[in-house]
Amino acid sequence: MKRVNYLLSITFMASILLLSCKKIFPTAPEASETLDGPIEGLSPEENKRFLAGDAAFARAFTPATGLGPGFVATSCISCHAGDGKGHPSTSLIRFGQVDGTGNMYLDRGGPQLQNRAIPGFSPEQIPDGAHFSTFLPPANAGLGYLDFVSDADILALADPTDANGDGISGVPNWIDLPAFLNPRPGSVSQNGKYIGRFGKKAAAYNLLHQTVNAYNQDMGIVSTYVPIDPYTGNLLDPEVTNQEVEDLVFYLHTLKAPSPRSIENSSRAKQLFEDVQCAACHLPKMKTGDSPIQALSNQTFYPYTDLLLHDMGPGLDDHYTEGQALTSEWRTPPLWGLGLSPIAQGGSYFLMHDGRARSIEEAILYHGGEAQNSRQLYEALPTSDKELIIRFLKSL
Amino acid sequence: MDQTCLIKKFILSCSFILSLLPAWTQRDSSFFRRVQDDSLSSAMNMDAVYNRPFLALGKSPVAVGGYLEGNYQYAVEDGVSEGHQLEARRLTLFISSSVGRRMKFLSEIEFEEGGREINIEFAALDVEFHPLLNLRSGIVMNPIGAFNQNHDGPKWEFVDRPYSATQMLPATWSNAGFGLFGKYYQKQWMFAYECYLTGGFDQSIIENEENKTFLPAAKQNPHRFEEISSGRPLLNGKIATRHKKIGEIALSYMRGIYNTFEADGLVVDQARRLDVLAIDYQRQFPKWHTQITAEWAWIQVDIPDTYTQQFGGKQQGGYLDIVQPIYRKAIGSWSNPSINLACRLEYVDWNNETFRETGGKIGDELWSIMPGISFRPNPQSVFRLNYRYRQQKDLLGNPPALMAAVLFGFSCYF
Repeated sequence: MKRVNYLLSITFMASILLLSCKKIFPTAPEASETLDGPIEGLSPEENKRFLAGDAAFARAFTPATGLGPGFVATSCISCHAGDGKGHPSTSLIRFGQVDGTGNMYLDRGGPQLQNRAIPGFSPEQIPDGAHFSTFLPPANAGLGYLDFVSDADILALADPTDANGDGISGVPNWIDLPAFLNPRPGSVSQNGKYIGRFGKKAAAYNLLHQTVNAYNQDMGIVSTYVPIDPYTGNLLDPEVTNQEVEDLVFYLHTLKAPSPRSIENSSRAKQLFEDVQCAACHLPKMKTGDSPIQALSNQTFYPYTDLLLHDMGPGLDDHYTEGQALTSEWRTPPLWGLGLSPIAQGGSYFLMHDGRARSIEEAILYHGGEAQNSRQLYEALPTSDKELIIRFLKSL
Repeated sequence: MDQTCLIKKFILSCSFILSLLPAWTQRDSSFFRRVQDDSLSSAMNMDAVYNRPFLALGKSPVAVGGYLEGNYQYAVEDGVSEGHQLEARRLTLFISSSVGRRMKFLSEIEFEEGGREINIEFAALDVEFHPLLNLRSGIVMNPIGAFNQNHDGPKWEFVDRPYSATQMLPATWSNAGFGLFGKYYQKQWMFAYECYLTGGFDQSIIENEENKTFLPAAKQNPHRFEEISSGRPLLNGKIATRHKKIGEIALSYMRGIYNTFEADGLVVDQARRLDVLAIDYQRQFPKWHTQITAEWAWIQVDIPDTYTQQFGGKQQGGYLDIVQPIYRKAIGSWSNPSINLACRLEYVDWNNETFRETGGKIGDELWSIMPGISFRPNPQSVFRLNYRYRQQKDLLGNPPALMAAVLFGFSCYF
């Protein structure tokens, strides 16, 4: 019997030892090394909604639950792993619009190519003669902050006539609102159009607009907001509930902003960033207005964007556009979290709207148009200063 | 009344009858007789279904048995834990009987997660014409790899089943079907074969909420015992050989069409094939009683060209278990106990392909190491303490999610 007690004691002690040793369990990565997770200051009720939205974000659709017939991806998380930027394998193609008069190919599958299809159906093809552009999925981190910047603040950054003579003339993308959207309080309207701020061309008004379009165009999921199947053009019963859509929008609103990393925070690096005019479009600081989510109300944050369109020159002109944007115009992408892109892109960089740039420097060198001068200033820097800027960009 | 309800009623009735038996046996202590297992010298993996500690019911030709397993676990993934968990993982009941001369019937019914899932895992009639020629028909446990047929909890030193057997291959994968099996002995050598035609997989293996090619999804099809989704049976075979000094090595293979490509006589899709090849090996080294069990499987699935690369056309994975007894002497009234050190190494790659766009390797893979210690008061019961460390990469091969868990559990035949 002594032996039994001895053995049981050893087993018990081993169990206690294992459980008490925290080192045997993996710790959470540093907040500055991940892009996912909620903003601080959410209430327990809001945390529940965040988790519900997280589940909606991860939900994989099947033909039985509404996927397709044509689709690009089966879930949100398929394209936004870790809430970061996408990978060339998850890119999407839009086609058929060359100016502000609208998309000429809506009756032939536009604006988005459903390049995959469930069994028994054929994927869409780009119609002959249609111009198209490939879009890499953007990072989701911090989107809520961008959604609650006031229109007045965005307009204050615009300089359509280049009045200050710096060669940079940001403009908002004025878009038509779909019927299901209500303008934010304090929205500015121009000829019945409103300021878009999400997407490569800033053609989505807010995160609800972006989300229901993604359900519809990316996964072929119809909702009460957009009840038309993009592949067949048929009016269908909703395949996702309003609650699930709202939860997902809440999740996107409350994803934390990327935390600055300590790899480079010298004042010299910041000064260089200013000196080469990066900051003219990649505006470091913005602030939110009032928000129904208390934690997002009246917050100062550092996205490095102005949410405006800029002409990026012929090298980045795919002859495709959305809203009122010119085909060579792109919305300034936020640079926060740029250094963490590889942790969501399979260990490599795929930058610019279609992932053509394989490094940050390569991305800088693709800049043209309004950013031509900035690029030349960067190219003229000594190598050590260029490296300082790259490290600074990775730290954002 | 749906089929699940009927099965539940049947099982509850059986359970009720079984629960009355102990009261009866209190008056007749000789009622239950322990049926001797097959001798280890002649048992192969394919015999696992009968190589269990049955209790004979008096003089009746019926024998019953089963096992129960439960566990405690505490797991942390990337610093986040769901807390302490207690699971009543499964209760399994066996009933076997000699139907007549050279005719045996055996059934295995499993309750999982407290009865939320009830499955008939095996229910077949075996008719022996010759040791080399037996007919089996009913609900057959498909012989693919080693674990699928030999999955009883008390036989393993690990709380969790292997990932490759549960998350890549479908563990306890059984279907309605029939086929032949047999064994042949020649001095130190044994040779065995099994060959069945059974029900098969369905479209769910590429249309599921796991968002990957996932063969176990087919287990959720409630109609799989009455209808083959493709209208084509699954061909499943296994050959195995065993030498007393070398151990047992087996090759198993199954293939079939998994999707519904015709409906009401109309072609609705092209027929898509699935192939699975597995190799398994088992050996006990006589000097140190070290046991090695290893299994590796390759899966090839014809994925529609129109589909996303999320769904891999090639998968592979397996595990290696090493069990080393370190104490095998009587302890108190336990005459045949043992204490064992064990370790399991596992790897699964759900998408063994490359991205069309970049040529880079697709991720969606995991590896795991699980050392442990087990205590067996007797060969039919085991208490086991495991520690698992796992790394799992997503489709793009991003930095892996790190998970570690401490698991303590028991499993016992009754």
